[in-house]
Amino acid sequence: MRQVAIYGKGGIGKSTTTQNLTAGLGEMGKKIMIVGCDPKADSTRLVLGGLAQKTVLDTLREEGEDIELDTVMKVGYAGIKGVESGGPEPGVGCAGRGIITSIGLLERLGAYEADLDYVFYDVLGDVVCGGFAMPIREGKAREIYIVCSGEMMALYAANNIAKGISKYANTGGVRLGGLICNSRKVDGEAELVSAVAKEIGTQMIHFVPRDNAVQRAEINKKTVIDFSPNEKQADEYRQLARKIDGNDMFIIPKPMSIDKLEAILMEHGILG
Amino acid sequence: MTANCREKLLEKYSAKVYKNRKEHVLQLDTDKSNTIAANTRAIPGVMTARGCCYAGCKGVVIGPLKDVCVITHGPIGCGFYSWGTRRNKAKPDENTDKNFIPYCFSTDMQESDIVFGGEKKLEKAIEEAVELFSPKCIMICSTCPIGLIGDDVQAVAKRTEAKYGIAAIGYSCEGYKGVSQSGGHHIANNGLMRYVIGIGDKQPKTKFSVNVLGEYNIGGDGWEEERILKRCGIEVKNLFTGDASFEGLKSAHLVHLNLVMCHRSINYIAEMMKTKYGIDWLKVNFVGIEATCKSLRDIAAYFNDSELKARVEEVIKDELATIREDIEHYKKKLNGKTAGIFSGGSRSHHYQDLLKNLGVKTVIAGYEFAHRDDYEGRDIIPNIKEDADNKNIENITVTKDEKLYREIKHGDVAELNAYAGMIPEMCKDDIVVDDYNHFETDELIKSVKPDIFLSGIKDKYSIQKAGVASRQIHSYDYSGPYSGFRGAVNFARDVAMAIYTNSWALVTPPWKHKPMLTGQIKEAK
Repeated sequence: MRQVAIYGKGGIGKSTTTQNLTAGLGEMGKKIMIVGCDPKADSTRLVLGGLAQKTVLDTLREEGEDIELDTVMKVGYAGIKGVESGGPEPGVGCAGRGIITSIGLLERLGAYEADLDYVFYDVLGDVVCGGFAMPIREGKAREIYIVCSGEMMALYAANNIAKGISKYANTGGVRLGGLICNSRKVDGEAELVSAVAKEIGTQMIHFVPRDNAVQRAEINKKTVIDFSPNEKQADEYRQLARKIDGNDMFIIPKPMSIDKLEAILMEHGILG
Repeated sequence: MTANCREKLLEKYSAKVYKNRKEHVLQLDTDKSNTIAANTRAIPGVMTARGCCYAGCKGVVIGPLKDVCVITHGPIGCGFYSWGTRRNKAKPDENTDKNFIPYCFSTDMQESDIVFGGEKKLEKAIEEAVELFSPKCIMICSTCPIGLIGDDVQAVAKRTEAKYGIAAIGYSCEGYKGVSQSGGHHIANNGLMRYVIGIGDKQPKTKFSVNVLGEYNIGGDGWEEERILKRCGIEVKNLFTGDASFEGLKSAHLVHLNLVMCHRSINYIAEMMKTKYGIDWLKVNFVGIEATCKSLRDIAAYFNDSELKARVEEVIKDELATIREDIEHYKKKLNGKTAGIFSGGSRSHHYQDLLKNLGVKTVIAGYEFAHRDDYEGRDIIPNIKEDADNKNIENITVTKDEKLYREIKHGDVAELNAYAGMIPEMCKDDIVVDDYNHFETDELIKSVKPDIFLSGIKDKYSIQKAGVASRQIHSYDYSGPYSGFRGAVNFARDVAMAIYTNSWALVTPPWKHKPMLTGQIKEAK
């Protein structure tokens, strides 16, 4: 079972990318579970066709520890299982602790079946406290992909996340598998992201072009592969899925200093 | 005592720890000023005896308010372990049955309350408390997780006031704030000053009315003081906060004089009441026979009333006559002995007076959480360097209350609104320790060998097992009161008993004679 965590700047398209990518893996016949680790609980709506299940934490709060797995886990496109950790309203309580509680409960309920090929953790953009690092602590997710674009703040965030990974990599065995560029049509985007990836010690595993097919599918609560399987964009996600399935480059990232990061941005003409 | 035992103690530390601790451990030199470092962070791993901010706020200052439901907002441990362990005694006031001291109120937060926020559970707890006990005031004390998840206890307090028409006060006294309990005292002082003191209008009945600030009525100390003061014709409005009430504190600002026992935990209120209401404060000490006499005479001098002065002398004469025989008896047994005292922030000074009356010389004195002024006197306050830790605790400023400010005509008292600290009363070569720890306690017992060591539950048994008699000076074991005249006899009896029945010194553990484990060394092949 490969356990994969997807991180990246808020709003960069982690949930969209994760679900479209898992749809590709599902099409290949892989058995997959997605664990949404965001209090907004919107990490599985495309594979499940809408917000279908109750979140783990809501169920825990209302029904206590005696929970049936079926209440919190639903099966969607290509047999992909979806779970949402959920969490408190903004400004209340502790969402980080919520994720720890929720993953612990899923384990006790036996959600991690032996025949799963992949577990994907879709984590809230900003790793604001220890709780959001939960999927990469305690040997859960072993590989990380960072979703980014050629925009400066996205790369800045990616570098920061790499810092977090390197901290746990030495003790927990987590590795970075690559950057996924979710294009924002920035000048020289592919070259820039590749250059940053190389500097951190990893690869740009795939360049996902910007395409309105994604939005059309999302409005219909579906992934591209599900909604319009013959679109060019569907093939892009299939390619990303194949690349991840065949990936063998797992490294401990070497995060850059801010000066170095800005120098690379200058070189590729963003700050100039 | 050996002149170099400070050096011998400190040399065992690593360079880094040495650099820190050398400023906190003094061997007094009467030829120069004795400056000590205090109220700074303890070194991790050093086994300090300190407690936390919550302990200072809830455990020390707020907890003893008998007619207040003090709710510990947090997981159950903080509430449970601060329940009934301090021996602050209370009995209900006349015409009311409100005494919640035997109870422990806690929201008992569970994991989902941490995740989703605990305000709802707190409101439910308040609802239950109001239904069951109908208190006039509810106080909420925050524990560590409350600060992390951001529950707004002040907002809950406001909603409580609106909903039930009672007073409610929230304290952000999370355990991690500040460097010790001391931060919690300050937070509690601020809350009482801001929301309680000054809202009542119950005038004192006499012209000699006082509050005894920083008297927590451990083992009934406050009641003995109240007995003596009443005999003299001095009206005690509030023991503050031992056996104190929300009702009483509301009108605390109408007294004529504040007496300060524990300077460390309550000096903020004493100072603020001076600024806001013009009430002078007098540092007193009712621990010790001479000290009690001096305190009574100082109060009489302040009020400058010949009748009061005469009555004070009469009472002193009578009280001394009553205890003379007992004290003489114990003094014979104790004369020439030496003592060490490790306490929180005041008692190490107070008890030196009582021990002196019994012929016992204090050679080691230390505090857990005192500030430099408690050691060196209030004169040095302007020289205390502010750091990030003490700025972290809110410092409120009050202004003169034009309606209630009074200037009270008074006689001459040597030290008014002042405190000279503990060090000036000690002698050359005596040891003074700030933020004492387990290792230093062990080492000082070995090198100084006092006959009795007065400390707390954390180190009592290790001291006894080292062969030195020990009494708990925080909670008085199961005894007390130790203050005033009758208390002096109780203390003398308990100390004599401890020294003359020092059973741990009389037994030799078996491992001193033969090994508990045996083994063989085999030669390596």
